[in-house]
Amino acid sequence: MTKLLILIVVVLGILAVAQLARVYELTSKLRGKREEDISDADNRMNAMLMWLFPVAYFGFFLWLVIAYKDKMLPLAASTQGVETDALLDFNWWILIITFIITNALLFFFAGRYVYSRDRRAHWYPHNNKWELAWTIAPAAVLAVIIIYGLNTWQNITSPASPDALQMELYAKQFDWTARYPGTDGMLGATDYRLINGENPLGIVTANAITKRLAEIEQEQAEARMQLSGVLPDAKRADLEHHMDYLGRIAARIVNLRMVMEEDIRVNGQASTYLHGADDVVTKDFMLPLRKEANILIRSRDIIHSAYIPHLRVQMNAVPGMTTSMKVTPTITTDSMRTHVMNDEKFDFILLCNKICGASHYNMQMPLIVTTALEYDAWIAEANKKPFEAPEVPVEPAAPAATDSSMNSGAGSQPVASLPSAGQ
Amino acid sequence: MGAHAHTAHAGHAAGHHEHHHHEESFISKWVFSQDHKMIGKQFLVTAIFMAWVAVIMSLIFRLQLAWPGEGFAFTNFFLGDKWAPGGVLDSNMYLALVTIHGTIMVFFVLTGGLSGTFANLLIPLQVGARDMASGFINMLSYWFFFLSSVVMLASLFVEGGPASAGWTVYPPLSALPKAIPGSGAGMTLWLVSMTLFIASSLMGGLNYVVTILNLRTKGMKMTRLPLTIWAIFLTAVLGVLSFPVLLSAALLLLLDRTMGTSFYLSDIHLAGEALENTGGSPILFQHLFWFLGHPEVYIVLLPALGITSEIIATNARKPIFGYRAMIGSILAIAFLSFIVWGHHMFITGMNPFLGSVFVATTLLIAIPSAVKVFNYITTLWRGNIIFTPGMLFSIGLVATFIAGGLTGIILADSALDIAIHDTYFVVAHFHIVMGMSAIFGMFAGIYHWFPKMYGRMMNTKLGYAHFWITFICSFGVFFPMHFIGLAGAPRRYYNYTEFPMFDGVVDLNIVVTIFAIVGALAQVIFTYNFFYSVYRGPKAVQNPWKSNTLEWTTPVEHIHGNWPGPIPVVHRWPYDYSKPGKPEDWVSQITPLDPDEEEH
Repeated sequence: MTKLLILIVVVLGILAVAQLARVYELTSKLRGKREEDISDADNRMNAMLMWLFPVAYFGFFLWLVIAYKDKMLPLAASTQGVETDALLDFNWWILIITFIITNALLFFFAGRYVYSRDRRAHWYPHNNKWELAWTIAPAAVLAVIIIYGLNTWQNITSPASPDALQMELYAKQFDWTARYPGTDGMLGATDYRLINGENPLGIVTANAITKRLAEIEQEQAEARMQLSGVLPDAKRADLEHHMDYLGRIAARIVNLRMVMEEDIRVNGQASTYLHGADDVVTKDFMLPLRKEANILIRSRDIIHSAYIPHLRVQMNAVPGMTTSMKVTPTITTDSMRTHVMNDEKFDFILLCNKICGASHYNMQMPLIVTTALEYDAWIAEANKKPFEAPEVPVEPAAPAATDSSMNSGAGSQPVASLPSAGQ
Repeated sequence: MGAHAHTAHAGHAAGHHEHHHHEESFISKWVFSQDHKMIGKQFLVTAIFMAWVAVIMSLIFRLQLAWPGEGFAFTNFFLGDKWAPGGVLDSNMYLALVTIHGTIMVFFVLTGGLSGTFANLLIPLQVGARDMASGFINMLSYWFFFLSSVVMLASLFVEGGPASAGWTVYPPLSALPKAIPGSGAGMTLWLVSMTLFIASSLMGGLNYVVTILNLRTKGMKMTRLPLTIWAIFLTAVLGVLSFPVLLSAALLLLLDRTMGTSFYLSDIHLAGEALENTGGSPILFQHLFWFLGHPEVYIVLLPALGITSEIIATNARKPIFGYRAMIGSILAIAFLSFIVWGHHMFITGMNPFLGSVFVATTLLIAIPSAVKVFNYITTLWRGNIIFTPGMLFSIGLVATFIAGGLTGIILADSALDIAIHDTYFVVAHFHIVMGMSAIFGMFAGIYHWFPKMYGRMMNTKLGYAHFWITFICSFGVFFPMHFIGLAGAPRRYYNYTEFPMFDGVVDLNIVVTIFAIVGALAQVIFTYNFFYSVYRGPKAVQNPWKSNTLEWTTPVEHIHGNWPGPIPVVHRWPYDYSKPGKPEDWVSQITPLDPDEEEH
């Protein structure tokens, strides 16, 4: 019924416009006027609108600035952000002045030089001086913009200092996980084939490899059992296909183990394969104040983007590679709440800013910036629940060891409670 | 139909008159026509239809953004219960609509529609040729475009919905149906459609280049070409050089999707399973895509700028200021457009040094762009301006080009791009500078050359209403988006209610949507005016705008071969408006120079 009504309204609307146009056409025909002859009245009306438009245009702009000034991102909460904001403000001055001058000239001339039968346009096909002037002027201004911009870019993207805090953000559809190096201060190696329920980030340890291989073996055994029974052909083909797949994945993991063992033999304690066990995998994203953090970013499935608007930092999470961004927070979450935003519920938010599927619009994780003291307390607590309990030997001696570590199940559970996250 | 059709060549200039009355069958005149004028009109009507599809899509997702989670009969009417149960838009469908809206607008409306229409209509008419170099390939170009449109529309109806990975279709999202349902059959059809589109664009582009270089009439030196032709010429060169790269990107993606290759895929664990692909890089796709993608922006924009140059000069009754500087700036823009693609990828993990190179090259484009704007403004200065609807849209283009161009300076600055990349600020920027400017150029061209296309006039009063409503609404829609973006709101979000931090600006979404609805209704006025005038508009005279260019020396009634007699010879540049010492305020290009007259 509503559909019908809408349809009727639309049709009637079109008919009304059509009739108006008809009437206009007939009257102008009666007056002997041709369609291409633009009457003086029409020219004057448009010229007037050309003058009125910028008033409305600039007015709208002004209204938006005044009404929404306080709803833009608040002051940047990182040293990098403070620098980009200064650059942005500098650019705004140049752009807004150019915007107003060029638009004012455009609409002023458009309205001012409206057609008159008694006048001829000024013959002025070119003037090299002017053309040179408005090639050089923008070039000079742009040179400043480019140099200032690149200088800032250099500061923001230069490699993080060696003593920066290392941590990792891991993206998947549709959530984030954080990983902190354990007491050894180094993040362990990862491999996506090791990912399972208790190893969501695919951290490589000898133990994780053993468990994953055992898991695959069990899956193969189940599949074999099914295959020995009666099955429809299609299902059988699928299962056989899956068996082959499991075999290849297992072979890759065995290969990974050889690479790992070789690396450990060559590099000893420096090998990244020895640093995964004490990593902290957590849903809490914490950064200490005024400490440079080098955030490594990885993705499990597709491209995501780690975007923290209040800190003015962003970097894509790309499957198959590790990207990074450095950030030095300058305001704690508490200070933001009490001093900047006057909002007890305020949080810095890490959000996904690259289209990634149905729940892209809700892929977020709060970031808590604390004082160094609070951070140290938190990380000490978190370190008590590493990825793998420390008593597990590096070389898995017996399957029994595997079982016991399974039961200890550190894996994916959230770790520790936050000093200031609770509201 | 191909064999007997007489492809007109500049060669049989004289004597053509005798046989242009060949009775053409319905099919060869209206369907598989090889006449460039008919092909241009075919492109235009197809583009108008596609534009409506894209506009309706945008209205559906604008409703969702303004009033998230509310049901609308409008939404349900178009999407049915599967994608909009109770009129509430499904979140996967939201992404699909955003994707197809972008794809259709960029490729089918502003590339196929804009270039296809005006390159076909204007090249032979303005350079003085009987037809395109190859009428047959030109016809194929349209029918590939048509087929491509059909495939794209068909993809809307497949199980799982159409492609949903954004119009840039970045893999792995676009490669893995398990990541998003639209990456199933919908994505395959998207790739097939784009392959057909690229074939169409290449056939058209080669034809345009060859025709402009080889079939200019006597006296039509390159420095006497109207700026429309210069713009279309470089557009075609850009297309011919960059579209093949998109084709290769699409083919590799197709291989990754169907043959198990790993060009773009590596180390992916999806839906509980580790994929076996290793060694590929999703970033490779982005490089290939944007190697087309950025020139594409100018493929869209340059014809619009060319059209505007022509219309502003004609209706200001004044030569375009700095003709040679305008050509120079088109050349500079075209060249630079090939070395700036990395500015779409500042935050992909690309080496920061490479990023800084792209910053410099990108910002350089602002120089020729500024030259163009200043030249437009100077052309208006002390002009004698007649406000035809075409002129209004041309002035509108200059305004949108200024507003959108300036924010480009911010986005090109890599340090600033970090914080606003992929936010609504970007949406505002490219819709104004590329979407609005190009569509204004297209409208300007339609109003201006409608008498040439259909031999009738469009209604001026309706044109005024169309322009002013559209002009106001386009700023009403896109200007507030800058502010939404500066609040940090990402694009392509189904709703913003999950983030309290955006509460302050979400009411702007309502403002935007209301302007969008009114703006869309204004297009009803245009569409009505267009189709009514095709059949019932007052008959046009030969040169309604008192314009200098060659197309207005052809008869109103279309004939195959364009000029009944020999092709006219050109004696001067196209911008002798209000030249001192001339009786009229215009001098056609075919008027010989006076013995003591200097050519501008």
